[in-house]
Amino acid sequence: MSKIHVTATVNGDPVEFLADPRETLLDALRNHLDLTGTKEGCGTGDCGACSVTVDGTLVCSCLMLAAEANGKRVETIEGMARDGLHPLQRKFIEHAALQCGFCTPGILVAAKALLERNPDPSETEIRYWLAGNLCRCTGYDKIVRAVQDAAAEMRQDHRGAA
Amino acid sequence: MARDDVKTGYKYVGTRPNRPDGLDKVTGRARYGADFSLPGMLHAAVVRSPHAHARIVRIDASKALALEGVKAVVTRADLPTGLTGEDLNLQDNTLAGDRALYDGHAVAAVAATTPLLAQDAARLIEVEYEVLPHVTDVDAAIAPDAPVIRPGVADYSVPEGMHGNVARYMEFGHGDVEAGFAAADVVREHTYRTEATHQGYIEPHAAVGQLGEDGRGEMWVCTQGHWYIRRMCSAVLGIEAANLRVTPSEIGGGFGGKTTIFMEPLTLALSKKAGGRPVKLVMSRSEVLRATGPTASASMDVKIGMKKDGTITAGQVYFRMQGGAFPGMSPIGEALPCAFACYDIPALKHEGIEIITNRPKAAAYRAPGSPMAAFAVESMIDELCRELGLDPIEVRLKNGARNGSKSSYGPVYDVIGLQETLEAAKAHPNYSIPLGPNQGRGVASGFWFNHGGETSVSLAIGEDGTATVSIGTPDIGGSRASIGLMVAETLGIPYEDVRVNVVETGALGVNEPTHGSRATFASGKAAVIAAEAAIREMCKRAAAEWGIDAEAVEWRDGAAHPAGPNAGKFPPMSIGEIGAKMGSTGGPISGHHEVTAGGYGASFGTHVVDVEVDPETGRTTVLRYLVVQDAGTAIHPAYVEGQYQGGAAQGIGWALNEEYVYGPDGRLQNPVFLDYRIPVASDLPMIDTVIVEVPNPGHPYGVRGVGETGITPPLPAIASAIAGATGARIRSLPCSPPKVLAAIKALKKG
Repeated sequence: MSKIHVTATVNGDPVEFLADPRETLLDALRNHLDLTGTKEGCGTGDCGACSVTVDGTLVCSCLMLAAEANGKRVETIEGMARDGLHPLQRKFIEHAALQCGFCTPGILVAAKALLERNPDPSETEIRYWLAGNLCRCTGYDKIVRAVQDAAAEMRQDHRGAA
Repeated sequence: MARDDVKTGYKYVGTRPNRPDGLDKVTGRARYGADFSLPGMLHAAVVRSPHAHARIVRIDASKALALEGVKAVVTRADLPTGLTGEDLNLQDNTLAGDRALYDGHAVAAVAATTPLLAQDAARLIEVEYEVLPHVTDVDAAIAPDAPVIRPGVADYSVPEGMHGNVARYMEFGHGDVEAGFAAADVVREHTYRTEATHQGYIEPHAAVGQLGEDGRGEMWVCTQGHWYIRRMCSAVLGIEAANLRVTPSEIGGGFGGKTTIFMEPLTLALSKKAGGRPVKLVMSRSEVLRATGPTASASMDVKIGMKKDGTITAGQVYFRMQGGAFPGMSPIGEALPCAFACYDIPALKHEGIEIITNRPKAAAYRAPGSPMAAFAVESMIDELCRELGLDPIEVRLKNGARNGSKSSYGPVYDVIGLQETLEAAKAHPNYSIPLGPNQGRGVASGFWFNHGGETSVSLAIGEDGTATVSIGTPDIGGSRASIGLMVAETLGIPYEDVRVNVVETGALGVNEPTHGSRATFASGKAAVIAAEAAIREMCKRAAAEWGIDAEAVEWRDGAAHPAGPNAGKFPPMSIGEIGAKMGSTGGPISGHHEVTAGGYGASFGTHVVDVEVDPETGRTTVLRYLVVQDAGTAIHPAYVEGQYQGGAAQGIGWALNEEYVYGPDGRLQNPVFLDYRIPVASDLPMIDTVIVEVPNPGHPYGVRGVGETGITPPLPAIASAIAGATGARIRSLPCSPPKVLAAIKALKKG
């Protein structure tokens, strides 16, 4: 089967690769671009471990074909820390919001997308936004608290900067 | 209470520093099983039986092998013969022999240059099956007309006359149960059932294996225990353990399910056939659900007698558990001792059988056997409490085990914390919040033995006075941090100066996996003793320099000090000073300890849950949840809380949603996360925790394992809360909405 030439921007860097038409964006990130921070937990869009943003939209990268990323701007966990860790990353460590850490990249990407839309989410809003990201270790308690704490800090910083 | 609240004199133990592997895990840098690759690596796929039970008539791989880029196919014919016992079971599960024993049983595997090509090739491998009669339900499997699926499976313990699917029988007890029941005011007897559930770790099994013609190989694998992987793969493939070097990756959850092998030997067998090229095999989620884990399903008869004042006079259980198509895999041997482990009851009788079914080979799942046993016994105790109008915590305080109680399964408890957890639960505000309409409260206690196990740890002092600790128990939930804290406390150096590494099989003696709630206890205990050995050596070096006896030197605050005025007046010699010149004072300084660790100390917890049940739909909402558990000493309280919360969440899933659903064709009907629904964030409230600390005398810092007990009480506590909310008692998990609704309707009909 002939391959498809794909060019895209991943975490701000230009990339190009040849994708099998059956390969997902997740396959391409992990196998062609060596960005293994994005995880596969199910391959059916049920667990959210493969969450990335494509042109700013949160998606399960296992549900999107690699070829569909052509010309798109993809952001993964590897691009989250810019000038130091993102507040969410820092708060996840401080709150012990991860145990095995396997779901963590997807949850961080999803939580960042939430805070960009809603800087002051309620506990319920956080729980429903993250309902597509399975965590089997934590019972979500410390994850929700870490997101709340990061949001509070980001609001504070925003006010400080304004 | 945790050390956060109570001063104990420890400097590091009981604090909540950042875990050392935190940065890697929030940036995507941490390497899990599927993240590892090697040059020249091939990719594998597995052909699995679509039948619950079938004779394998013929396997034809010629079309697959004809594909360009396909490098090797293995079937059972490629594996050595002559294995016995559990080694044979492991081999049988790795690749089916003459019969496929469950839906998803591996039949062949193929390696090719890309993952997609391997999957294409797997589809071209033709397998001819002759379908055989099957049975998947634990009770149906011992009905008179059930097919005997593995003739001769019974071991010596099974009495004459039992069904051919019974593999094991157990019986023990004490006291006169008939006299006990006669002395009771109320005696009740019911049957309780739990369905099989999966550990549900988010990371599917993954391994890269390489094996040369000379029988030497390497493996990188996500596992709870790489020495177990080494031993089991070696046995299945007929190679020598020392010739297989196994390196654990970071592990994306295990909960017991990664303490054994499933597809790992296939990577090695394929590699050898493909000329020694490394082979990567990553399971899909449906492969994980169909062919790994799960835990047992159970059908349990319980009879308990109680006096009007709440005194339990006697108890009797008969448990039937299936652990799949292989003997020895059901946790009947744990479930029975756990059944009444929370209580001091004068007369008890335990009986149980293990049953073989056409289901996957069960693996350990967090406190194996204890959640099922608790569902049966704790539900029954709650039923008696409600009937007699008694407070469930008071009844547990009255009958609960104490220090020095003889346990229900034999040994005498040393220092335990069950009573303290009950008192803390009673005092917690959650226990007195008024309930609204359609709301109910459930209470249950839980137990796990805990475990010590084979443990080997090394510690080396650096030239700059830091310490490197090599452990053999993979870090699933923060154990690098907890072990680092204990070593820092012992050496008297900052936590940041201790680096804890999980090392490969070539670097230490044999270690059991991170299982049985043992990592922080056993690797921690060995690390502390290794640190003490290094301290003795450092004191010796200082003594030699000062020209005094080593016994005249004491260690505190990270430095050697002359012990008292008679030892002479010398300024303290720090670990950094000693490390800097160790090359010229006798050579490297290290400590080492290896032991089969005893003194692990039993674990107890008590949970309180409030639920609201929608009378229109039968849907249960968990309103609030409280976990109270004895940690002995909470080394890193945040990760202790995490174990409590995570265990509770898994138990809530087991109680409300999760179950293996087999169709009449014997196929698993819900092998995806959409249909095998584990709790999501919007299903749960915050999970409140109270860390009780009754220090374990068997550990230098008082640690008890905390990993497992938390999954046990939710099953009965939730069913009891639903009974409180609706009046309907669900005796068969999960308490799914249709089942609860039907029970409510049945109650109304009277």
